[in-house]
Amino acid sequence: MGRPLLEVRGISKRFRGLRAVTDVSLSVEAGHIVALIGPNGAGKTTTFNMIAGVYRPDEGEILLDGQPLQGRRPDEICMAGVGRTFQLVKPFAGLSVLDNVVIGALRRHADVATARKKSLAILERLGIGEKSEQQASSLTLPDRKRLEVARALATEPRILLLDEVMAGLRPTETDRMVAIFKDINRETGLTILLIEHVMRAVMALSREIHVLHHGELIASGAPDEVVRHPAVLDCYLGEEAV
Amino acid sequence: MFSELNSRARGLLVALAMLLLVLPFIASNYVLSVAVLILYFAYTGQAWNVMMGFCGQLSLGHALYVGLGGYTAAALFVHFGIGPWAGVLASVIVCMTAGALVGFLAFRFSIGGVYFALLTIAFAEFTRIGFDHWQWLGASGGFFLPVSQREVSDLVNLRGSPTMFYYIILALASAALLFSTWLLRTRVGYYWLAIRENPEAAEALGINLFRYKMLAVLISAGMTSIAGVFFAFYYNNLFPEQVFNMGRSIEIILGPIIGGVGTLFGPIVGAALLTLLADGITELLGAFGIELSGIKQVFYGVCLLLVTMFLPNGVWPALSKRLGVISNRNDEE
Ligand SMILES: Nc1ncnc2c1ncn2[C@@H]1O[C@H](COP(=O)(O)OP(=O)(O)O)[C@@H](O)[C@H]1O
Ligand SMILES: [Mg+2]
Repeated sequence: MGRPLLEVRGISKRFRGLRAVTDVSLSVEAGHIVALIGPNGAGKTTTFNMIAGVYRPDEGEILLDGQPLQGRRPDEICMAGVGRTFQLVKPFAGLSVLDNVVIGALRRHADVATARKKSLAILERLGIGEKSEQQASSLTLPDRKRLEVARALATEPRILLLDEVMAGLRPTETDRMVAIFKDINRETGLTILLIEHVMRAVMALSREIHVLHHGELIASGAPDEVVRHPAVLDCYLGEEAV
Repeated sequence: MFSELNSRARGLLVALAMLLLVLPFIASNYVLSVAVLILYFAYTGQAWNVMMGFCGQLSLGHALYVGLGGYTAAALFVHFGIGPWAGVLASVIVCMTAGALVGFLAFRFSIGGVYFALLTIAFAEFTRIGFDHWQWLGASGGFFLPVSQREVSDLVNLRGSPTMFYYIILALASAALLFSTWLLRTRVGYYWLAIRENPEAAEALGINLFRYKMLAVLISAGMTSIAGVFFAFYYNNLFPEQVFNMGRSIEIILGPIIGGVGTLFGPIVGAALLTLLADGITELLGAFGIELSGIKQVFYGVCLLLVTMFLPNGVWPALSKRLGVISNRNDEE
Protein backbone atom coordinates (compact mmCIF):
# COMPACT_ATOMS: atom_id res chain seq x y z
CA MET A 1 0.00 0.00 0.00
CA GLY A 2 1.16 3.50 -0.73
CA ARG A 3 0.71 6.63 1.25
CA PRO A 4 -2.00 6.44 3.96
CA LEU A 5 -5.06 8.64 3.46
CA LEU A 6 -4.79 10.13 6.91
CA GLU A 7 -1.55 10.45 8.74
CA VAL A 8 -1.24 11.84 12.24
CA ARG A 9 2.33 12.51 13.31
CA GLY A 10 3.15 13.14 16.95
CA ILE A 11 0.31 15.50 17.82
CA SER A 12 -0.12 16.88 21.32
CA LYS A 13 -2.64 19.14 22.99
CA ARG A 14 -2.59 20.70 26.42
CA PHE A 15 -5.49 22.50 28.08
CA ARG A 16 -4.04 24.89 30.63
CA GLY A 17 -1.44 22.43 31.87
CA LEU A 18 -3.63 19.36 31.44
CA ARG A 19 -2.06 17.07 28.90
CA ALA A 20 -5.10 15.87 27.00
CA VAL A 21 -3.16 14.30 24.13
CA THR A 22 0.55 13.57 24.08
CA ASP A 23 2.59 12.65 21.03
CA VAL A 24 -0.04 10.58 19.25
CA SER A 25 0.77 9.11 15.87
CA LEU A 26 -1.47 6.95 13.77
CA SER A 27 -2.35 6.46 10.17
CA VAL A 28 -5.37 5.23 8.31
CA GLU A 29 -5.10 3.60 4.90
CA ALA A 30 -7.63 4.51 2.26
CA GLY A 31 -10.63 2.20 2.40
CA HIS A 32 -9.90 0.91 5.90
CA ILE A 33 -12.03 1.09 9.00
CA VAL A 34 -9.91 1.88 12.03
CA ALA A 35 -10.97 2.26 15.66
CA LEU A 36 -9.68 4.54 18.37
CA ILE A 37 -10.57 3.24 21.82
CA GLY A 38 -9.73 4.05 25.39
CA PRO A 39 -11.35 4.94 28.69
CA ASN A 40 -13.25 8.19 29.23
CA GLY A 41 -10.99 11.20 29.29
CA ALA A 42 -8.26 9.40 27.36
CA GLY A 43 -8.12 12.15 24.74
CA LYS A 44 -10.02 10.50 21.89
CA THR A 45 -12.40 13.36 21.18
CA THR A 46 -9.56 15.85 21.50
CA THR A 47 -7.66 13.89 18.86
CA PHE A 48 -10.69 14.09 16.57
CA ASN A 49 -11.04 17.77 17.24
CA MET A 50 -7.46 18.34 16.20
CA ILE A 51 -7.95 16.37 12.98
CA ALA A 52 -11.18 18.26 12.25
CA GLY A 53 -9.61 21.64 12.91
CA VAL A 54 -11.47 22.58 16.07
CA TYR A 55 -8.17 22.71 17.97
CA ARG A 56 -4.78 23.34 16.52
CA PRO A 57 -2.28 20.78 17.83
CA ASP A 58 0.46 22.23 20.05
CA GLU A 59 2.89 19.98 18.23
CA GLY A 60 2.83 17.55 15.39
CA GLU A 61 1.37 17.26 11.94
CA ILE A 62 -1.82 15.95 10.40
CA LEU A 63 -1.76 15.01 6.73
CA LEU A 64 -4.66 14.14 4.48
CA ASP A 65 -3.38 12.52 1.34
CA GLY A 66 -0.05 14.20 2.03
CA GLN A 67 -1.53 17.68 2.47
CA PRO A 68 -1.14 19.29 5.91
CA LEU A 69 -4.42 19.93 7.74
CA GLN A 70 -3.18 21.47 10.98
CA GLY A 71 -3.93 25.16 11.33
CA ARG A 72 -6.76 25.07 8.82
CA ARG A 73 -10.34 25.88 9.75
CA PRO A 74 -12.98 23.17 10.28
CA ASP A 75 -14.89 24.20 7.15
CA GLU A 76 -11.74 23.96 5.05
CA ILE A 77 -10.99 20.55 6.50
CA CYS A 78 -14.52 19.41 5.68
CA MET A 79 -14.01 20.65 2.14
CA ALA A 80 -10.75 18.74 1.97
CA GLY A 81 -12.77 15.58 2.58
CA VAL A 82 -12.99 14.99 6.33
CA GLY A 83 -16.50 14.40 7.68
CA ARG A 84 -17.10 14.22 11.41
CA THR A 85 -19.83 13.60 13.93
CA PHE A 86 -19.98 15.13 17.39
CA GLN A 87 -20.02 12.93 20.47
CA LEU A 88 -22.30 15.49 22.08
CA VAL A 89 -24.70 15.71 19.18
CA LYS A 90 -25.23 19.12 17.61
CA PRO A 91 -28.38 18.94 15.50
CA PHE A 92 -29.87 22.06 13.90
CA ALA A 93 -32.67 21.65 16.38
CA GLY A 94 -35.19 24.04 14.87
CA LEU A 95 -34.94 22.59 11.37
CA SER A 96 -36.43 19.45 9.92
CA VAL A 97 -34.38 16.26 9.87
CA LEU A 98 -34.18 16.50 6.10
CA ASP A 99 -32.99 20.11 6.12
CA ASN A 100 -30.28 19.14 8.59
CA VAL A 101 -28.89 16.72 6.04
CA VAL A 102 -29.54 19.01 3.07
CA ILE A 103 -27.20 21.56 4.63
CA GLY A 104 -24.46 18.95 4.58
CA ALA A 105 -25.28 17.89 1.02
CA LEU A 106 -25.25 21.48 -0.25
CA ARG A 107 -21.53 21.48 0.29
CA ARG A 108 -21.10 19.36 -2.84
CA HIS A 109 -24.35 20.10 -4.66
CA ALA A 110 -25.21 23.78 -4.83
CA ASP A 111 -28.62 22.92 -6.25
CA VAL A 112 -31.15 22.46 -3.45
CA ALA A 113 -33.28 19.94 -5.34
CA THR A 114 -30.31 17.65 -5.92
CA ALA A 115 -29.18 18.07 -2.33
CA ARG A 116 -32.64 17.05 -1.11
CA LYS A 117 -32.67 13.94 -3.25
CA LYS A 118 -29.24 12.88 -2.01
CA SER A 119 -30.20 13.63 1.57
CA LEU A 120 -33.38 11.58 1.43
CA ALA A 121 -31.42 8.62 0.14
CA ILE A 122 -28.95 8.93 3.01
CA LEU A 123 -31.74 9.17 5.59
CA GLU A 124 -33.37 6.09 4.09
CA ARG A 125 -30.13 4.24 4.29
CA LEU A 126 -29.76 5.07 7.98
CA GLY A 127 -33.32 4.03 8.67
CA ILE A 128 -34.74 7.42 9.58
CA GLY A 129 -36.25 8.23 6.21
CA GLU A 130 -39.78 8.32 7.54
CA LYS A 131 -38.74 10.95 10.09
CA SER A 132 -37.37 13.36 7.50
CA GLU A 133 -40.11 15.94 7.97
CA GLN A 134 -39.93 15.92 11.77
CA GLN A 135 -38.17 18.72 13.57
CA ALA A 136 -34.72 17.53 14.62
CA SER A 137 -35.37 18.49 18.23
CA SER A 138 -38.09 15.85 18.40
CA LEU A 139 -35.69 12.96 17.74
CA THR A 140 -34.58 10.48 20.38
CA LEU A 141 -30.89 10.34 21.20
CA PRO A 142 -30.16 7.26 19.04
CA ASP A 143 -31.90 8.97 16.12
CA ARG A 144 -29.92 12.13 16.74
CA LYS A 145 -26.77 10.04 16.50
CA ARG A 146 -28.02 8.69 13.19
CA LEU A 147 -28.71 12.23 12.07
CA GLU A 148 -25.12 13.17 12.93
CA VAL A 149 -23.92 10.35 10.71
CA ALA A 150 -26.34 11.27 7.91
CA ARG A 151 -25.22 14.89 7.94
CA ALA A 152 -21.55 13.99 7.86
CA LEU A 153 -22.12 11.45 5.07
CA ALA A 154 -23.96 14.09 3.07
CA THR A 155 -20.76 16.11 2.75
CA GLU A 156 -19.39 13.13 0.80
CA PRO A 157 -16.21 12.79 2.83
CA ARG A 158 -13.18 10.75 1.90
CA ILE A 159 -12.72 9.89 5.54
CA LEU A 160 -15.46 9.83 8.14
CA LEU A 161 -14.71 10.44 11.82
CA LEU A 162 -17.36 8.84 14.03
CA ASP A 163 -17.36 9.80 17.71
CA GLU A 164 -19.33 7.24 19.74
CA VAL A 165 -22.29 7.05 17.38
CA MET A 166 -23.36 3.65 18.74
CA ALA A 167 -23.62 4.82 22.33
CA GLY A 168 -27.13 4.28 23.61
CA LEU A 169 -28.13 1.90 20.83
CA ARG A 170 -29.60 -1.48 21.64
CA PRO A 171 -27.58 -4.51 20.48
CA THR A 172 -29.81 -5.12 17.47
CA GLU A 173 -29.58 -1.46 16.49
CA THR A 174 -25.82 -1.58 16.92
CA ASP A 175 -25.66 -4.56 14.58
CA ARG A 176 -27.73 -2.70 12.01
CA MET A 177 -25.48 0.34 12.23
CA VAL A 178 -22.40 -1.85 11.89
CA ALA A 179 -23.93 -3.43 8.79
CA ILE A 180 -24.63 0.00 7.33
CA PHE A 181 -21.03 1.13 7.79
CA LYS A 182 -19.72 -2.11 6.37
CA ASP A 183 -21.95 -1.75 3.33
CA ILE A 184 -20.98 1.86 2.69
CA ASN A 185 -17.33 1.00 3.16
CA ARG A 186 -17.56 -1.89 0.72
CA GLU A 187 -19.60 -0.03 -1.87
CA THR A 188 -17.86 3.32 -1.89
CA GLY A 189 -14.53 2.59 -0.28
CA LEU A 190 -15.25 5.22 2.37
CA THR A 191 -12.48 5.33 4.96
CA ILE A 192 -13.66 5.42 8.56
CA LEU A 193 -11.94 6.29 11.82
CA LEU A 194 -14.22 5.59 14.72
CA ILE A 195 -14.18 6.21 18.43
CA GLU A 196 -16.29 3.61 20.11
CA HIS A 197 -16.91 2.09 23.52
CA VAL A 198 -19.17 -0.66 22.22
CA MET A 199 -16.57 -3.39 21.70
CA ARG A 200 -19.08 -5.50 19.80
CA ALA A 201 -19.10 -2.84 17.09
CA VAL A 202 -15.37 -2.21 17.25
CA MET A 203 -14.52 -5.87 16.80
CA ALA A 204 -17.02 -6.30 13.98
CA LEU A 205 -15.88 -3.28 12.02
CA SER A 206 -12.24 -2.48 12.44
CA ARG A 207 -9.17 -3.76 10.73
CA GLU A 208 -6.95 -1.97 13.15
CA ILE A 209 -7.33 -0.58 16.65
CA HIS A 210 -5.45 2.19 18.43
CA VAL A 211 -5.72 2.45 22.19
CA LEU A 212 -5.39 5.77 24.00
CA HIS A 213 -4.86 6.08 27.72
CA HIS A 214 -4.18 9.33 29.58
CA GLY A 215 -3.58 10.99 26.24
CA GLU A 216 -0.97 8.52 25.10
CA LEU A 217 -1.17 5.74 22.58
CA ILE A 218 -0.52 2.51 24.47
CA ALA A 219 -1.25 -0.06 21.79
CA SER A 220 -1.92 -0.32 18.08
CA GLY A 221 -2.59 -3.28 15.89
CA ALA A 222 -5.02 -5.91 14.71
CA PRO A 223 -8.15 -6.22 16.90
CA ASP A 224 -7.47 -9.66 18.37
CA GLU A 225 -3.89 -8.70 19.27
CA VAL A 226 -4.81 -5.40 20.81
CA VAL A 227 -7.51 -6.74 23.10
CA ARG A 228 -5.05 -9.24 24.56
CA HIS A 229 -2.38 -6.63 25.03
CA PRO A 230 -1.49 -6.47 28.77
CA ALA A 231 -1.44 -2.66 28.91
CA VAL A 232 -4.90 -2.56 27.38
CA LEU A 233 -6.26 -5.12 29.81
CA ASP A 234 -4.75 -3.04 32.60
CA CYS A 235 -6.30 0.23 31.65
CA TYR A 236 -9.67 -1.30 30.95
CA LEU A 237 -9.73 -3.22 34.24
CA GLY A 238 -12.56 -1.81 36.24
CA GLU A 239 -13.53 0.51 33.40
CA GLU A 240 -15.60 -1.96 31.51
CA ALA A 241 -15.47 -5.53 30.34
CA VAL A 242 -13.73 -5.97 27.03
CA MET B 1 -43.29 29.81 -0.67
CA PHE B 2 -46.46 30.21 -2.66
CA SER B 3 -46.46 26.63 -3.78
CA GLU B 4 -46.35 25.52 -0.17
CA LEU B 5 -49.21 27.74 0.90
CA ASN B 6 -52.58 26.06 0.76
CA SER B 7 -55.43 27.43 -1.32
CA ARG B 8 -56.93 29.20 1.65
CA ALA B 9 -53.67 30.97 2.37
CA ARG B 10 -53.25 31.93 -1.25
CA GLY B 11 -56.78 33.29 -1.28
CA LEU B 12 -56.09 35.40 1.80
CA LEU B 13 -52.87 36.67 0.31
CA VAL B 14 -54.50 37.65 -2.96
CA ALA B 15 -57.32 39.40 -1.10
CA LEU B 16 -54.78 41.30 0.98
CA ALA B 17 -52.80 42.27 -2.10
CA MET B 18 -55.95 43.55 -3.81
CA LEU B 19 -56.91 45.56 -0.76
CA LEU B 20 -53.46 47.10 -0.54
CA LEU B 21 -53.49 47.96 -4.24
CA VAL B 22 -56.78 49.84 -4.09
CA LEU B 23 -56.26 51.34 -0.64
CA PRO B 24 -55.41 54.89 -1.85
CA PHE B 25 -58.75 55.04 -3.66
CA ILE B 26 -60.85 54.06 -0.70
CA ALA B 27 -58.93 55.31 2.32
CA SER B 28 -58.42 58.72 3.83
CA ASN B 29 -55.02 60.38 3.92
CA TYR B 30 -54.76 59.52 7.58
CA VAL B 31 -55.33 55.83 6.97
CA LEU B 32 -52.86 55.97 4.13
CA SER B 33 -50.19 57.49 6.37
CA VAL B 34 -50.72 54.71 8.90
CA ALA B 35 -50.44 52.17 6.08
CA VAL B 36 -47.16 53.76 4.97
CA LEU B 37 -45.84 53.40 8.49
CA ILE B 38 -46.88 49.75 8.68
CA LEU B 39 -45.27 48.93 5.35
CA TYR B 40 -42.17 50.86 6.31
CA PHE B 41 -41.74 48.76 9.44
CA ALA B 42 -42.65 45.60 7.54
CA TYR B 43 -39.80 46.42 5.19
CA THR B 44 -37.19 47.30 7.81
CA GLY B 45 -38.29 44.32 9.91
CA GLN B 46 -37.76 42.05 6.94
CA ALA B 47 -34.30 43.52 6.43
CA TRP B 48 -33.33 43.05 10.08
CA ASN B 49 -34.77 39.55 10.02
CA VAL B 50 -32.23 38.49 7.39
CA MET B 51 -29.46 39.07 9.89
CA MET B 52 -31.09 37.95 13.11
CA GLY B 53 -33.96 35.72 12.05
CA PHE B 54 -32.07 33.82 9.41
CA CYS B 55 -28.43 34.05 10.43
CA GLY B 56 -28.81 34.56 14.19
CA GLN B 57 -26.76 37.75 14.43
CA LEU B 58 -28.47 40.23 16.74
CA SER B 59 -28.23 43.83 15.60
CA LEU B 60 -29.53 46.51 17.94
CA GLY B 61 -28.16 49.28 15.78
CA HIS B 62 -30.04 49.09 12.51
CA ALA B 63 -30.85 52.79 12.77
CA LEU B 64 -27.26 53.20 11.61
CA TYR B 65 -28.19 51.98 8.14
CA VAL B 66 -31.44 53.93 8.00
CA GLY B 67 -29.58 57.09 8.92
CA LEU B 68 -26.58 56.59 6.69
CA GLY B 69 -28.80 55.60 3.78
CA GLY B 70 -31.07 58.59 4.27
CA TYR B 71 -28.27 61.11 4.68
CA THR B 72 -26.32 59.78 1.70
CA ALA B 73 -29.19 60.08 -0.77
CA ALA B 74 -30.36 63.38 0.73
CA ALA B 75 -26.89 64.89 0.57
CA LEU B 76 -26.45 63.86 -3.05
CA PHE B 77 -29.84 65.35 -3.87
CA VAL B 78 -29.44 68.62 -2.02
CA HIS B 79 -25.78 69.33 -2.65
CA PHE B 80 -25.25 67.83 -6.09
CA GLY B 81 -28.72 67.55 -7.57
CA ILE B 82 -28.34 63.81 -7.95
CA GLY B 83 -31.72 62.12 -7.93
CA PRO B 84 -32.78 59.48 -5.41
CA TRP B 85 -32.57 56.57 -7.83
CA ALA B 86 -28.87 57.08 -8.30
CA GLY B 87 -28.70 58.11 -4.68
CA VAL B 88 -30.13 54.82 -3.52
CA LEU B 89 -27.22 53.02 -5.14
CA ALA B 90 -24.77 55.22 -3.29
CA SER B 91 -26.70 54.64 -0.07
CA VAL B 92 -26.59 50.88 -0.50
CA ILE B 93 -22.84 51.03 -1.08
CA VAL B 94 -22.23 53.29 1.91
CA CYS B 95 -24.33 51.09 4.20
CA MET B 96 -22.81 47.87 2.98
CA THR B 97 -19.41 49.36 3.67
CA ALA B 98 -20.49 50.30 7.19
CA GLY B 99 -21.94 46.82 7.63
CA ALA B 100 -18.73 45.29 6.36
CA LEU B 101 -16.80 47.26 8.97
CA VAL B 102 -19.08 46.13 11.81
CA GLY B 103 -19.07 42.57 10.53
CA PHE B 104 -15.34 42.46 9.99
CA LEU B 105 -14.57 43.70 13.49
CA ALA B 106 -17.08 41.34 15.07
CA PHE B 107 -16.51 38.19 13.09
CA ARG B 108 -12.75 38.47 12.65
CA PHE B 109 -12.22 38.99 16.33
CA SER B 110 -14.97 36.59 17.39
CA ILE B 111 -17.17 39.15 19.07
CA GLY B 112 -20.40 37.24 19.46
CA GLY B 113 -23.77 37.32 21.16
CA VAL B 114 -24.38 40.21 23.49
CA TYR B 115 -21.06 41.82 22.62
CA PHE B 116 -21.93 41.81 18.98
CA ALA B 117 -25.23 43.53 19.77
CA LEU B 118 -23.33 46.11 21.85
CA LEU B 119 -20.95 46.72 18.97
CA THR B 120 -23.86 47.47 16.64
CA ILE B 121 -25.24 49.96 19.17
CA ALA B 122 -21.84 51.56 19.53
CA PHE B 123 -21.50 52.08 15.78
CA ALA B 124 -24.92 53.70 15.55
CA GLU B 125 -24.17 55.95 18.52
CA PHE B 126 -20.76 57.05 17.30
CA THR B 127 -22.22 57.82 13.90
CA ARG B 128 -24.95 59.84 15.52
CA ILE B 129 -22.38 61.90 17.41
CA GLY B 130 -20.40 62.40 14.21
CA PHE B 131 -23.45 63.62 12.28
CA ASP B 132 -24.38 65.88 15.19
CA HIS B 133 -21.26 67.87 14.39
CA TRP B 134 -21.17 67.63 10.62
CA GLN B 135 -22.03 71.15 9.46
CA TRP B 136 -22.19 70.21 5.77
CA LEU B 137 -25.16 68.03 6.63
CA GLY B 138 -26.79 70.47 8.98
CA ALA B 139 -25.29 68.96 12.12
CA SER B 140 -27.68 68.67 15.04
CA GLY B 141 -29.91 71.35 13.51
CA GLY B 142 -31.13 68.87 10.93
CA PHE B 143 -30.83 68.41 7.20
CA PHE B 144 -33.77 69.37 4.99
CA LEU B 145 -34.91 68.48 1.54
CA PRO B 146 -36.63 71.21 -0.44
CA VAL B 147 -40.37 70.78 -0.31
CA SER B 148 -42.39 72.11 -3.17
CA GLN B 149 -46.02 71.66 -4.03
CA ARG B 150 -46.42 69.82 -7.29
CA GLU B 151 -49.46 68.92 -9.23
CA VAL B 152 -48.15 65.64 -10.51
CA SER B 153 -45.99 63.11 -8.78
CA ASP B 154 -42.39 63.35 -9.83
CA LEU B 155 -41.17 59.78 -9.58
CA VAL B 156 -37.70 60.65 -10.82
CA ASN B 157 -37.03 62.98 -7.92
CA LEU B 158 -39.40 61.29 -5.48
CA ARG B 159 -41.38 64.45 -4.94
CA GLY B 160 -45.09 63.94 -4.82
CA SER B 161 -48.25 62.88 -3.11
CA PRO B 162 -48.70 60.47 -0.20
CA THR B 163 -50.22 58.04 -2.70
CA MET B 164 -46.96 57.87 -4.61
CA PHE B 165 -45.02 57.19 -1.43
CA TYR B 166 -47.57 54.60 -0.42
CA TYR B 167 -47.08 52.64 -3.64
CA ILE B 168 -43.33 52.90 -3.36
CA ILE B 169 -43.22 51.49 0.15
CA LEU B 170 -45.78 48.84 -0.83
CA ALA B 171 -43.51 47.78 -3.66
CA LEU B 172 -40.50 47.76 -1.34
CA ALA B 173 -42.23 45.70 1.34
CA SER B 174 -43.50 43.20 -1.24
CA ALA B 175 -40.10 42.96 -2.87
CA ALA B 176 -38.47 42.39 0.51
CA LEU B 177 -40.89 39.55 1.25
CA LEU B 178 -40.22 37.90 -2.10
CA PHE B 179 -36.49 38.43 -1.78
CA SER B 180 -36.41 36.88 1.71
CA THR B 181 -38.51 33.98 0.52
CA TRP B 182 -36.13 33.39 -2.34
CA LEU B 183 -33.05 33.74 -0.13
CA LEU B 184 -34.30 31.03 2.20
CA ARG B 185 -34.56 28.58 -0.67
CA THR B 186 -31.02 29.07 -1.83
CA ARG B 187 -27.89 27.50 -0.47
CA VAL B 188 -27.10 30.76 1.31
CA GLY B 189 -30.43 30.63 3.14
CA TYR B 190 -29.83 27.10 4.32
CA TYR B 191 -26.36 28.05 5.49
CA TRP B 192 -27.69 30.99 7.46
CA LEU B 193 -30.18 28.77 9.26
CA ALA B 194 -27.38 26.32 10.03
CA ILE B 195 -25.25 29.11 11.49
CA ARG B 196 -28.20 30.35 13.53
CA GLU B 197 -28.98 26.89 14.86
CA ASN B 198 -25.44 25.73 15.61
CA PRO B 199 -22.33 27.47 14.31
CA GLU B 200 -19.96 24.68 15.30
CA ALA B 201 -21.96 22.06 13.45
CA ALA B 202 -22.31 24.41 10.50
CA GLU B 203 -18.57 24.86 10.32
CA ALA B 204 -18.01 21.11 10.48
CA LEU B 205 -20.24 20.79 7.41
CA GLY B 206 -17.95 23.03 5.42
CA ILE B 207 -19.65 26.38 5.95
CA ASN B 208 -17.31 29.35 6.10
CA LEU B 209 -18.84 31.18 9.06
CA PHE B 210 -17.13 34.48 8.39
CA ARG B 211 -18.20 34.64 4.77
CA TYR B 212 -21.85 33.79 5.33
CA LYS B 213 -22.31 35.93 8.43
CA MET B 214 -20.73 38.79 6.52
CA LEU B 215 -23.10 38.20 3.64
CA ALA B 216 -26.08 38.40 5.99
CA VAL B 217 -24.87 41.71 7.39
CA LEU B 218 -24.21 43.15 3.94
CA ILE B 219 -27.60 42.18 2.58
CA SER B 220 -29.41 43.34 5.68
CA ALA B 221 -27.54 46.67 5.71
CA GLY B 222 -28.13 47.21 2.01
CA MET B 223 -31.85 46.52 2.34
CA THR B 224 -32.14 48.80 5.35
CA SER B 225 -30.37 51.66 3.59
CA ILE B 226 -33.16 51.76 1.01
CA ALA B 227 -35.62 52.32 3.84
CA GLY B 228 -33.42 55.23 4.87
CA VAL B 229 -33.70 56.81 1.44
CA PHE B 230 -37.45 56.40 1.57
CA PHE B 231 -37.51 57.94 5.03
CA ALA B 232 -35.50 60.98 3.91
CA PHE B 233 -37.64 61.70 0.85
CA TYR B 234 -40.91 60.98 2.63
CA TYR B 235 -40.32 63.15 5.67
CA ASN B 236 -37.98 65.63 3.97
CA ASN B 237 -35.91 66.09 7.08
CA LEU B 238 -33.21 64.23 8.95
CA PHE B 239 -32.02 64.84 12.48
CA PRO B 240 -29.10 62.78 13.79
CA GLU B 241 -30.77 62.72 17.20
CA GLN B 242 -33.78 61.03 15.62
CA VAL B 243 -32.63 58.80 12.79
CA PHE B 244 -29.63 57.30 14.56
CA ASN B 245 -31.44 57.02 17.86
CA MET B 246 -31.34 53.69 19.58
CA GLY B 247 -35.12 53.92 19.98
CA ARG B 248 -35.34 53.78 16.20
CA SER B 249 -33.31 50.60 16.15
CA ILE B 250 -35.61 49.09 18.72
CA GLU B 251 -38.68 50.09 16.71
CA ILE B 252 -37.25 48.22 13.75
CA ILE B 253 -36.80 45.00 15.65
CA LEU B 254 -40.07 45.04 17.61
CA GLY B 255 -42.13 44.09 14.55
CA PRO B 256 -40.29 40.87 13.74
CA ILE B 257 -39.89 39.96 17.40
CA ILE B 258 -43.60 40.30 18.06
CA GLY B 259 -44.56 38.82 14.71
CA GLY B 260 -42.06 35.96 14.86
CA VAL B 261 -38.29 36.10 14.42
CA GLY B 262 -37.06 34.10 11.46
CA THR B 263 -40.47 33.78 9.85
CA LEU B 264 -41.35 35.39 6.54
CA PHE B 265 -44.68 36.89 7.54
CA GLY B 266 -43.76 37.70 11.14
CA PRO B 267 -42.22 41.09 10.35
CA ILE B 268 -45.34 42.09 8.40
CA VAL B 269 -47.81 40.90 11.02
CA GLY B 270 -45.75 42.44 13.80
CA ALA B 271 -45.48 45.79 12.05
CA ALA B 272 -49.22 45.88 11.43
CA LEU B 273 -50.12 44.90 14.98
CA LEU B 274 -47.77 47.33 16.65
CA THR B 275 -48.51 50.30 14.45
CA LEU B 276 -52.27 49.82 14.49
CA LEU B 277 -52.51 49.20 18.20
CA ALA B 278 -50.10 51.98 19.16
CA ASP B 279 -51.95 54.41 16.95
CA GLY B 280 -55.27 53.18 18.22
CA ILE B 281 -54.27 53.74 21.80
CA THR B 282 -52.93 57.21 21.13
CA GLU B 283 -56.14 58.09 19.27
CA LEU B 284 -58.34 56.63 21.95
CA LEU B 285 -56.61 58.52 24.73
CA GLY B 286 -56.65 61.64 22.56
CA ALA B 287 -60.41 61.31 22.21
CA PHE B 288 -60.65 61.52 25.99
CA GLY B 289 -58.38 64.52 25.96
CA ILE B 290 -55.49 62.61 27.48
CA GLU B 291 -52.07 63.16 26.02
CA LEU B 292 -49.33 61.17 27.65
CA SER B 293 -45.85 61.45 26.28
CA GLY B 294 -44.13 58.11 26.13
CA ILE B 295 -47.38 56.17 26.05
CA LYS B 296 -46.24 54.48 22.85
CA GLN B 297 -43.06 53.23 24.49
CA VAL B 298 -44.98 51.88 27.44
CA PHE B 299 -47.35 50.21 25.04
CA TYR B 300 -44.46 48.63 23.11
CA GLY B 301 -43.09 47.34 26.39
CA VAL B 302 -46.40 45.77 27.34
CA CYS B 303 -46.74 44.12 23.91
CA LEU B 304 -43.26 42.71 24.16
CA LEU B 305 -43.96 41.37 27.63
CA LEU B 306 -47.22 39.73 26.60
CA VAL B 307 -45.74 38.14 23.51
CA THR B 308 -42.66 36.80 25.25
CA MET B 309 -44.86 35.40 28.00
CA PHE B 310 -47.61 33.84 25.94
CA LEU B 311 -46.27 33.49 22.40
CA PRO B 312 -42.51 33.12 22.70
CA ASN B 313 -42.24 32.30 19.00
CA GLY B 314 -44.20 35.37 18.03
CA VAL B 315 -47.73 36.02 16.85
CA TRP B 316 -47.40 34.68 13.30
CA PRO B 317 -46.73 30.99 14.07
CA ALA B 318 -49.80 30.89 16.29
CA LEU B 319 -51.88 33.00 13.94
CA SER B 320 -51.01 30.93 10.88
CA LYS B 321 -52.21 27.82 12.68
CA ARG B 322 -55.42 29.58 13.68
CA LEU B 323 -55.99 30.71 10.10
CA GLY B 324 -55.48 27.18 8.86
CA VAL B 325 -52.57 28.25 6.75
CA ILE B 326 -49.97 25.64 5.98
CA SER B 327 -46.81 27.60 6.28
CA ASN B 328 -43.43 26.77 4.92
CA ARG B 329 -40.61 25.20 6.86
CA ASN B 330 -39.32 28.39 8.37
CA ASP B 331 -42.67 29.66 9.38
CA GLU B 332 -43.36 26.53 11.35
CA GLU B 333 -41.03 27.34 14.18
N1 LIG C 1 -12.00 22.29 25.67
C1 LIG C 1 -11.41 21.70 26.72
N2 LIG C 1 -10.91 22.46 27.72
C2 LIG C 1 -10.31 21.89 28.78
N3 LIG C 1 -10.14 20.57 28.93
C3 LIG C 1 -10.60 19.75 27.97
C4 LIG C 1 -11.27 20.28 26.82
N4 LIG C 1 -11.62 19.23 26.01
C5 LIG C 1 -11.21 18.12 26.64
N5 LIG C 1 -10.61 18.42 27.80
C6 LIG C 1 -10.00 17.47 28.73
O1 LIG C 1 -9.10 16.68 27.99
C7 LIG C 1 -9.14 15.33 28.43
C8 LIG C 1 -9.48 14.42 27.27
O2 LIG C 1 -10.82 14.64 26.92
P1 LIG C 1 -11.52 13.94 25.67
O3 LIG C 1 -10.64 14.08 24.50
O4 LIG C 1 -12.87 14.46 25.57
O5 LIG C 1 -11.55 12.42 26.13
P2 LIG C 1 -12.34 11.19 25.53
O6 LIG C 1 -13.03 11.62 24.28
O7 LIG C 1 -11.31 10.17 25.29
O8 LIG C 1 -13.30 10.76 26.58
C9 LIG C 1 -10.16 15.27 29.56
O9 LIG C 1 -9.48 15.35 30.77
C10 LIG C 1 -11.00 16.49 29.31
O10 LIG C 1 -11.54 16.97 30.51
MG1 LIG D 1 -15.03 11.64 23.84
